[in-house]
Amino acid sequence: MSKFRKKKKGMPAVNTAALPDIVFMLLFFFMVTTTMRETDLRIENPRLPSASEVKKLEHKSLVCTIYVGKSKDPSKHGVGYNKIQLNDKISSAEQVPAFIINARSKVSEAEVPFMTTSIKADKESNVGTITDIRLKLRDANALKISYSASKGAGN
Amino acid sequence: MARRENPEINAGSMADIAFLLLIFFLVTTTMNVDSGVSKKLSEKPPADYVPPVIKEKNIFEVNINRNNELLVEGERMDVKDIRDAAVKFIDNGGGLGKPNEDGTPGESCDYCEGERSDSSSDHPNKAIISVQSDRGTEYGTYIKVQNELLRAYTVLRNRLCMKRYNMSFDELEESYKDNKSNAALKKKVEDIKTAYPQIISDAEPTS
Repeated sequence: MSKFRKKKKGMPAVNTAALPDIVFMLLFFFMVTTTMRETDLRIENPRLPSASEVKKLEHKSLVCTIYVGKSKDPSKHGVGYNKIQLNDKISSAEQVPAFIINARSKVSEAEVPFMTTSIKADKESNVGTITDIRLKLRDANALKISYSASKGAGN
Repeated sequence: MARRENPEINAGSMADIAFLLLIFFLVTTTMNVDSGVSKKLSEKPPADYVPPVIKEKNIFEVNINRNNELLVEGERMDVKDIRDAAVKFIDNGGGLGKPNEDGTPGESCDYCEGERSDSSSDHPNKAIISVQSDRGTEYGTYIKVQNELLRAYTVLRNRLCMKRYNMSFDELEESYKDNKSNAALKKKVEDIKTAYPQIISDAEPTS
């Protein structure tokens, strides 16, 4: 019976040759879907209010964003939740029309009416600041706005 | 010297490199699409603009004070109750609607299910919601109120859409979005939108 002697069996090693492939696949997925933040915030990341009746903003290139919130550097810009950030710096409501005109110059004439201004404001900002921005936007004839909010129950 | 076998390159650390890259993109990725409460501002009125006279009963007045408290039609109210109050107001249908574009007088609202009281709005297309807030009001509260008011319209639109086309308005809009060239769908969407137009105006804030 020595012919049928039991073979010595060790634990076979798991073949990990395909592991890099799997990881690369994941990698490519995230590479494709990733978007880097294009402006760095001078204000603290606003805590958006939540709402249920939200609409998605389409055509990213036609959206310009105004941030409102608390400055990261209170010694320079002062305290309070009513700092307005346009592009890369803290500005005032007076500069909103210039900001809009600048944004308009980057898109073609035909697309200007579809441009949307997204206002990303912190929950604790005051309505007065938003109103100031809104009046300036109306002066600049940028009538489509979107109050940025996260989708939630709305309560 | 002894002839060496061509050594195989050790690919074991390949996975580590890939993992490193993967984790980097995992951290920097943001999948969320921007979303928000969309709003259309009114155009700047000309200097000699005289605002039209609107009957008191067709205005639903919402005041938010600087302590984030609500005053709706002269009564204190919680945010959660404002939707029902708005639905009741919009859907009242107590009189005739706006005159049509060709000059014929407006009809009374035959799809409204409200009380038809004389002291509330005449018709959904005449019913105006006016939100006045203080400059010191918190933005979060303001958005909450706007959201509740929009929800009131959504409730009404969904109800009417269910009755007329046997699907909710959200579904209708969704299917229209997928198929923009469909004239029949477009007509349905327009129909519901004109039945309950969203008229929310922002009054100048008090300071």
